[in-house]
Amino acid sequence: MNQFLDLTLNGVSSGMILAAVALSLVLIWRSTRVVNFATGAMFMVTTFVAYSVIRATGSYWVGFAAAVLAGLVLGGVTERLLIRPVEGKPPLNAIMVTIGWLVLLQAVAGMIWGGTPRSFPPAFSIRGFEVGGDRLLFSPFDAFVVAVVLSLMALLVLLFRRTAIGLRMRASAFSPEVSRLVGVRVGRMLTLGWALAAGTGALAGVLVAPQTFVGPNQFDAILVFGFTAAVIGGLDSPPGALLGGLMVGLVLSYVSGYLSTELTPVGALAVLLAVLMVRPTGLFAGTRGRKV
Amino acid sequence: MQKLFGSTLVRHLVLAALACVGLYVVTVSISPYRNLQLATVALYACAAAGLTVLIGHSGQISLGHGAFMAVGAYMSALMMIHQRLPLPVALLTSVAVTAALGALVGVAAARLHGPYLAGATLSIAIAAPAVANYETFSALLGGHNGLSVPTRPAPLILGPMFPLERWLAWVTCLATVVTFVLLANATRSRFGRELRAVRDDEVAAELAGIRLGRMRVLAFVVSAACAGLAGALLAVVTSLAAPGAFGLGLSLTLLAVVVLGGLGSLTGAVLGAVVLVLLPSWSTDLAQRLGLSQDVYGNFPLAVYGLVLIVLMLAGSHGVVGVLRTLRAVVSSRWPVRTSDPS
Repeated sequence: MNQFLDLTLNGVSSGMILAAVALSLVLIWRSTRVVNFATGAMFMVTTFVAYSVIRATGSYWVGFAAAVLAGLVLGGVTERLLIRPVEGKPPLNAIMVTIGWLVLLQAVAGMIWGGTPRSFPPAFSIRGFEVGGDRLLFSPFDAFVVAVVLSLMALLVLLFRRTAIGLRMRASAFSPEVSRLVGVRVGRMLTLGWALAAGTGALAGVLVAPQTFVGPNQFDAILVFGFTAAVIGGLDSPPGALLGGLMVGLVLSYVSGYLSTELTPVGALAVLLAVLMVRPTGLFAGTRGRKV
Repeated sequence: MQKLFGSTLVRHLVLAALACVGLYVVTVSISPYRNLQLATVALYACAAAGLTVLIGHSGQISLGHGAFMAVGAYMSALMMIHQRLPLPVALLTSVAVTAALGALVGVAAARLHGPYLAGATLSIAIAAPAVANYETFSALLGGHNGLSVPTRPAPLILGPMFPLERWLAWVTCLATVVTFVLLANATRSRFGRELRAVRDDEVAAELAGIRLGRMRVLAFVVSAACAGLAGALLAVVTSLAAPGAFGLGLSLTLLAVVVLGGLGSLTGAVLGAVVLVLLPSWSTDLAQRLGLSQDVYGNFPLAVYGLVLIVLMLAGSHGVVGVLRTLRAVVSSRWPVRTSDPS
């Protein structure tokens, strides 16, 4: 029973990180109908930026801010330079471009920082809370993770629902033509959407790095888990991303606790295939007719 | 003569025979090291050919072909270690098993589109090495270190001093030439036409009586079988089947070289395989001359693959083969060749 509680708590905190990764994918899917396979590589780079800034300044929080800022810039630049030109071309082209970006970013990061994974400091202690003499598998840092991701979600909801710029972003995603006619700068909104998404990813990277370490290929599996979470959520809905992240986090935590840590990618694959077989476009996606 | 040459099968068989003669001349005249490189090129060409048919002709994407190669490699390694089966039997078993696995994945894939298919196959690429690393299977699959495959010397008929490398080059080249003949015929047959019909317009294809699901699954089966054969050959050539060789990097590299060669083109697959094998050694040479660090030149091929994928996709180009075709079109429009009237 104790192990079950521990695994559940652990699943919740890692699920929150996966939810942030999924949210990053969902934001991009909503704004440009592209699945960004470079998400993991992009927040690998921003986490390396944070690593270097922390080493140089000695302050965790400066590094944290640097990662988010680097994410915002990297996301915007990616949209302008790589995604804008493939708009309106077959979807395969956009997929290939993001995969090329993934490979290129990993290669460049390997050139700059080397292939050996580096350890990354957590913001708070990772020693579990003590309750009645038992040490839980839930630390102050895990609490920080949950708080950061939940407040990020709340901020994004506020942005999209309560501000003029959020309305413009939703309008551009919903109907670019009409939005252009009423004077929305659709291109800027798409760039902003990518920047926000990459910033969200950068947060996820900083939060997951103490566990996985940071290295060029360290986030490949996290990307797959985040994609699984996003697909469970329907790729289209931010609340779906949160729920999907939690589900995947819990399943993976149970798999690694009761079976083997090595098997977590297999667990993610099983969940993903099961969901896609039942609903080929995810659990929470609105049903939209496809031709065949 | 002209009628005989008009038959696709005869044309491909003649080309294959010429290729075999050419490869024979090459293998007896180059060093053992180059022979090993040739064998590696041949086996990657086999995997790339399968992937290029899948993406170029059926329009489905797979980011998980490294996983099929892994299955083929482990299968043939197990066959040769435990059953001591002869090489052709081990290779064919690997092909059969990966084809069956391809059917399984294909059934799942036939329901999926674009990004969903890409994501599902991506997770297969991540999961395959994880299975090999799983402790419970480590007695069977050798864990992180993998399985070492016993080296089979060349048959005694060829003489006791026959170099092993040349024998390996012969085996892989022969297997690849056979695969290419089969693929070249398949893509020019009714099967290939139906695949392209499904790729270009699902509704029209369905109305024309083509069963979409079956075509998509078949494309995956063919493609997986090629990757399985390539994996099995890789295990034979390197005498090793280890999880490290079949990571996500391999799947993405295969995708990059297939795009570089030109999607859907078998010639492009060969060019891509040549690049895949030679680029790392070129970049090492170059780096040593320039005095670069290992981190830089080790990642140089990856950077090239990434750039190639991005640039070719942004330019909407069809790779090296596309460039060659454009050149040929330009040349023939400038200097038209006078041909005898075929009628």
